[in-house]
Amino acid sequence: MDDTGTVIAFWMLAAITVGAALMVVMVRNLIRAVIFLILSFVGVAGLYITLSADFVAVTQILIYAGAVSVLMLFAIVLTPRGDRGNQETFLRLPALLLALLVAFTLGYVAIDTEWAISDREGFEETASVIGEALLDKYVLPFEIASVLLLVAMLGAIVIVRPESGVDEARE
Amino acid sequence: MSVDLEHYLLLGAILFGIGLYLALAKRNLVGVLMGIELMFNAVNLTFVAFSRFVESPNPVDGQVFVVFVITVAAAEAATALALAVLLYRVRDTIDVDRIDLLKW
Repeated sequence: MDDTGTVIAFWMLAAITVGAALMVVMVRNLIRAVIFLILSFVGVAGLYITLSADFVAVTQILIYAGAVSVLMLFAIVLTPRGDRGNQETFLRLPALLLALLVAFTLGYVAIDTEWAISDREGFEETASVIGEALLDKYVLPFEIASVLLLVAMLGAIVIVRPESGVDEARE
Repeated sequence: MSVDLEHYLLLGAILFGIGLYLALAKRNLVGVLMGIELMFNAVNLTFVAFSRFVESPNPVDGQVFVVFVITVAAAEAATALALAVLLYRVRDTIDVDRIDLLKW
């Protein structure tokens, strides 16, 4: 991948993604943090496109930038007396050390390992190939995933139903 | 100048580190969840990068796995945020350092 457009796109998208993720850490307002998280998700979707993964990129925008972040905004809005700040706990320093350690280790391993690089071109289009794989080789995980989604949806509804025993738990 | 597998892996490592820091250090439960989602994204990015660059008989399988990860992450986000709302109803806060009933 050495044509100039791809290189420029990669560096710009990488800067957007990492910068937005850092802003999620820095920014002092929870709603703004979610907005920056959406920007980071969109940057990752752009990176998928530079890797010629079109279907995954569209899924990323639909599920992450669309659904998951809206769920997070709902959770913030539904907790009105909660703290809207984005502060850290007393675990801030150990967490920073551990995160740096993990990132350095992963980065070192990624650079040090000899990967079996292939010289094949990017995929033409992946939606049909993924669709065939999902209904042929991976049909059982696919069905289990749909059951999982159904269970998660029902579980979320049952958990937040007002009459689900909260009043007894308050005593 | 070209973009190789290592670039994407390093980017994934940085994103994973940021997500880990968020998940461990943030005080608000939604902030913790944001960190977990960022870690999912970092892992998905490495999956897609490997499926693009590395020698394999079925290169698209990495992307199929990413689709499954996104599915499970959506289910996880829905349940976790429902738990956050329930917790808020009971305790009036979703700060993880104030949910300390089990603390000795």
